[in-house]
Amino acid sequence: MNPAPTEPLNSVDEAGLSPPLLLEGRGITKSFPGVKALKGVDLKLSPGEVLAVIGENGAGKSTLMKILAGVQSHDEGELRIDGQPVRFSGVEDALGNGIALIHQELNLADNLDVAANIFLGREPRRFGLMNTSLMHAQASDWLQKVGLRVPPETIVGHLTIGHQQLVEIAKALSVNARVLIMDEPTSSLSQHETEQLFAVIRDLSAKGVAIVYISHRLGEVKALAHRVTVLRDGENAGSIEKQDIHHDQMVRLMVGRDVSQYYALKERQTGEVIMKVEGLRTPHAPEHALHFELRSGEIVGVAGLVGAGRTEMLQTLFGVAPAVGGSMWVAGRSFTPQSAAQAIECGLALVPEDRKQQGLILEMAIKENMSLASLRRDQRRGFLDFGSEQDIADRMIADMRIKTPSDMQQAQYLSGGNQQKVVLGKWLAMKPRILLLDEPTRGIDVGAKQDIYRLMEKLAEQGVAILFVSSEMEEIIGMSDRALIMHEGRLAGGLPRAELSEQSVMQLATGGDRP
Amino acid sequence: MKKIYGITGIFMVVFILTALMSSSFLTPYNMERLILRTSLFGIISIGVGFVIITSGIDLSIGSVICLIGCGLPWLLTKLSLSMPIAILVVLLATLMIGLLHGLLITKLKLQPFVVTLCGLLMYRGLTRGFTGDQTQGFGQVFKELRWLGEGRVALPGIPLETFGLPVPFFILVLVAILASIFLNRTIYGRYLLALGRNEQAARYSGIHTDKMIVLAYLICAGLAGLGGVLFILDVNSAQPVDFGNFYELYAIAAAVLGGCSLRGGQGTILGVVIGAALMQVLRNMITLVDWIPTHIEYAVIGAVILVGVVADEVVKRVASSRQIAASRQ
Repeated sequence: MNPAPTEPLNSVDEAGLSPPLLLEGRGITKSFPGVKALKGVDLKLSPGEVLAVIGENGAGKSTLMKILAGVQSHDEGELRIDGQPVRFSGVEDALGNGIALIHQELNLADNLDVAANIFLGREPRRFGLMNTSLMHAQASDWLQKVGLRVPPETIVGHLTIGHQQLVEIAKALSVNARVLIMDEPTSSLSQHETEQLFAVIRDLSAKGVAIVYISHRLGEVKALAHRVTVLRDGENAGSIEKQDIHHDQMVRLMVGRDVSQYYALKERQTGEVIMKVEGLRTPHAPEHALHFELRSGEIVGVAGLVGAGRTEMLQTLFGVAPAVGGSMWVAGRSFTPQSAAQAIECGLALVPEDRKQQGLILEMAIKENMSLASLRRDQRRGFLDFGSEQDIADRMIADMRIKTPSDMQQAQYLSGGNQQKVVLGKWLAMKPRILLLDEPTRGIDVGAKQDIYRLMEKLAEQGVAILFVSSEMEEIIGMSDRALIMHEGRLAGGLPRAELSEQSVMQLATGGDRP
Repeated sequence: MKKIYGITGIFMVVFILTALMSSSFLTPYNMERLILRTSLFGIISIGVGFVIITSGIDLSIGSVICLIGCGLPWLLTKLSLSMPIAILVVLLATLMIGLLHGLLITKLKLQPFVVTLCGLLMYRGLTRGFTGDQTQGFGQVFKELRWLGEGRVALPGIPLETFGLPVPFFILVLVAILASIFLNRTIYGRYLLALGRNEQAARYSGIHTDKMIVLAYLICAGLAGLGGVLFILDVNSAQPVDFGNFYELYAIAAAVLGGCSLRGGQGTILGVVIGAALMQVLRNMITLVDWIPTHIEYAVIGAVILVGVVADEVVKRVASSRQIAASRQ
């Protein structure tokens, strides 16, 4: 990647010989408060090309996609479509230029039918009224193009996630999208749905639609992509052509170092059982009873596809989604979890998945966020203990290397990694015996990620039992002494470290039998 | 503390302008009345301030004032209950109202607006029902009770005939100090501020958010009840059909002017009291200044609140962009 000397040549290219680029980004830069997400990223896309963009969480993939799709605007750099410089004023503008983004979380009105979703905001009209029959007829055509055989009158909420995704694609095609950006499209799909999606992608590619495909699943990337662009820490880490796409090569470019360095992979001594889950039923999947044990000093990963009920399990263990049956036993006490206060009393702590909604009070100071859980313990007959609040803040900011101008800074102005450290600090101040972590490294930069891994290891050495949910296979394999794998609300199985592999985990996560 | 500079500034400007425009504004009698009205509205505004901090709202305050304000003299004169019993009944009634609101909002997840709107209609209707829509008052008896509302305390060096601080002023000071300590110095105050910003995160931190919300509605109804007693003592003759009408809006406006955001999680007691004072100075100005037609009272008050809220938002945006700039470095 050395774009500088090729620049004069490029313009010649565009004029004649090689096929013109459909979309090009040069030196794209974007900053957020506290973090520089993109530092001069280049990207090229030809018609009909399937480009995979990979990189770890926090590498800048999502930000780059949002800029391409007009959700956000870049600070510096240039975007070109068909060689012409463009700057999108918003999503509408990008759509008008033929670029459509399909979010990981689908943006469909699930109370409306398929046709209404496809034509939302552009409904065909007759005499000022909606022309439903025309709309349904046209919707059928688009559905056919993506190979989805459902009537256009179907309510979207009744479709499976995989089918909803095809509706999104149909919607994008119906506005003449020439570039389809798909953010982790298979994260919640079954094996069969994934194959169906791949067939659609290959078909579209053959018809000249360019696809930007973001995925953590390197196997899929190898199967699908014509070219891979790797981002690391907001910069181009490299690009791989079709014939050279190998798993190891991709990982090396993503991580920029050996994986063994990233995860310590130390043998840990585990202690006695400190938590037993005995037939616990979550409100999410009450038909399945959960059974498992945790030992002190043990790090247990929870793997599964999106929607497998991992988050819901942690929420029930922590009492914020009260159990509907069964019980758990923690250090001599048996109870049915009903409230977070009760769980905290038993020495549990939960770092939730949704940091901004559940972990932090964004408008409150770092100090106030960190003391929130310990206020009750440190109270002086109901009065605040400002001294202990200050102690906690000072200690945690130093211990966890939180980068902030002051402990009175509002949590919303911190970067994702530092925010996560504030949430962790809040719970570490409580000295938990059992730490539940839900996607602890989602959306944070590599440095902060490593800090969190080291912290998890340190806590385990001190005898804390850690149960962590992660959608990153490498994290599950790299960090777990043992993994629990969930599938559709039930525990599909457990795997000891020796048997952990991408394949064995996926097998169980997709409802297959034990390998 | 920063948050109350703005409202204090507006208050002083309006105060000085009114003093300049009307010669009767600074007279001892007018000041006494102004302090009395501020005290009464200050007390009920502090109550609704707590509810607003939880990101809720209480529209029933005016009707609670009517219920208690008309109910107390009715219990004493019509039913001839003894003073302690009547006070007890009134106290229980307010607590029941607060509890009812709080439980409906937290357990049934009803919207505060809807619950308290129904309260607004019900309590006034009830009052008109049991009083037969008759004017209520204490007449010339119940001296000790009436002292609470009518009593005046002389300042050293100033004869009581000229100027005396109304007793409700001292009640306001007491309520405000207690409320301020509760909000800023106890863990429960912190819980209210936290859950007002983000109830989910508060719950995930082990806070019993439901109990805290119920507590806020209890405080609000309780202070509205206290306000009801003091208001009736002040006027001594109230008609159930309009006694306390619109007072909830004055209270909400004072709380908002004083820095409470309807989005929840912020507000200071001192700010709310100054907000209440500003409202009363404005009303006083409209009455006293000859060239302002009295009929446009609501228009003036509405405009001032709007200006205050807009100014507050502008200040907040500037502050937050500064913080962003600071965190970039």
